[in-house]
Amino acid sequence: MKRLMALGLTVLLAACAGPDLRGTGDLGLVVERADGRLQVVETTGSTSLGTIAGLGDLSHASVVFSRDERFAFVFGRDGGLTKVDLLRRRIAGRVMQSGNSIGGAVSQDGSLVAVANYTPGGVKVFDSRTLEQVADIPAVGADGKRSKVVGLEDAPGNRFVFSLYEAGEIWLADFSDPKAPAVTKYPGIGNQPYDALVTEDGRHYLAGLFGEDGIAMLDLWHPEAGVRRVLPNYGKGEQPLPVYKMPHLEGWGASGREAFLPAIGRHEVLVVDTATWQEVGRIPVAGQPVFAMLQPGGRRLWVNFALPDNDKVQVIDVPSRTVLATLVPGKAVLHMEFTPRGERVWISARDSDQVTVWDTASLRKVAELPAAKPSGIFFTARAHRTGL
Amino acid sequence: MRGAVLMAALAVLALPAAAEPPAARIGELRELVAQDCGSCHGMSRAGGLGAPLTAEALAGIGDEALEATILEGRPGTPMPPWRGLLNEADARWIVRHLKGETP
Ligand code: HEC
Repeated sequence: MKRLMALGLTVLLAACAGPDLRGTGDLGLVVERADGRLQVVETTGSTSLGTIAGLGDLSHASVVFSRDERFAFVFGRDGGLTKVDLLRRRIAGRVMQSGNSIGGAVSQDGSLVAVANYTPGGVKVFDSRTLEQVADIPAVGADGKRSKVVGLEDAPGNRFVFSLYEAGEIWLADFSDPKAPAVTKYPGIGNQPYDALVTEDGRHYLAGLFGEDGIAMLDLWHPEAGVRRVLPNYGKGEQPLPVYKMPHLEGWGASGREAFLPAIGRHEVLVVDTATWQEVGRIPVAGQPVFAMLQPGGRRLWVNFALPDNDKVQVIDVPSRTVLATLVPGKAVLHMEFTPRGERVWISARDSDQVTVWDTASLRKVAELPAAKPSGIFFTARAHRTGL
Repeated sequence: MRGAVLMAALAVLALPAAAEPPAARIGELRELVAQDCGSCHGMSRAGGLGAPLTAEALAGIGDEALEATILEGRPGTPMPPWRGLLNEADARWIVRHLKGETP
């Protein structure tokens, strides 16, 4: 009897410990935007593991991860919120929650996933386990109209912060009691906020303004102090070039006291002192930057560009603020993602239908992966970073 | 003199070319509309930061007004002037494409 049980146990264990047993810390997703499909990739051997299809309109789609790094939440342009299982490589849940959404965030404790919607403008919050709706916050600004919601970010204290594009407001929604969220509104923060970020330490929320110069900043340690304007010269200023693609603020990181921002309508990356929130320098680059992403460790900054320079990526040496190298990873470079500790960077080139993987020390290409019109690349390590 | 006549003939020949972009260019324009306009207007043109650009949404707006919006942009909004990358013929083709008059 005992032997039989032991045998049974062994069989059971063998069944559980099949070849599929693996961690998720080196996994990620590549968005194949035209086909509504995701590729599941792994960064240890730089390979693709398979695909997950049926995700709808994925133009400008973004992805966040569950705190156990097993599931991803994908926000699609068609208003779909899809939960995918990275290990089983299949859809674990999907709700059509609005007409048009742009992005979202997972709460600090991992229990909630919030979605920012354009139409109808507002934020919806869901239980991250079941995708059941927990809250609906229509974005009706002081102007009495519904605004598109942009720059939705998670913040410490189970809070979400977001901006109202038309109304020009920042809202701070405290979900420490998910049944009774408390929303604090900051009207009059500036004209047309279009994107935002939360700094890596979770302290500051920064919203870029399209309609005027400067950045609206909320200190999340002191929300009672209100929103103030920093970097008064950040923006289009005089003689701007046409902006074919809005720069993204995500990817912001501080190297010592210095942080870096893509300039709007100029061939420059701005250097910002995060102690004084003043601009302290400009680095000339090859085109209008879209992403200016600091490599983990802060020594190098990687920059991609809007049309017509979107075939290039420039690598900037942070201490000397000079361009070290100009890479040409393919046509229409849309996104870059570093492996968790930064030894490699993955770059998507939409019109070349490929993702390339680069060694960040030697700046050599180490792998190429075919992908259909790839856009965003998202690795699971984001799960443990505030504001991603 | 012969040269001048030839030039005049060429100029006449050039006209229809300006009305319709060459086939290779049309392929590029189709991609541009889906992908690059799509980053603000949605790949299915249902709208995003920018207004919807579906045939229904544009039905009431004149072709010339739309061409002007594309080439000159809408100052004070994120809609950029595309003149640096597109010419009149391109803009005209895009408007017909958006209105569903060309595939
Ligand atoms: C950076 C974002 C952005 C990009 C890229 C962009 N647009 Fe726009 N577009 C807008 C915005 C915002 C508006 C609405 C302007 C307003 O509020 O009046 C707009 C308006 C328009 C309109 C007017 C619609 C109407 O109802 O009057 C047309 C036509 C248009 N865009 C065409 C295009 C085309 C064609 C492209 C690509 C070649 C393009 N747009 C790329 C942001 C963009």
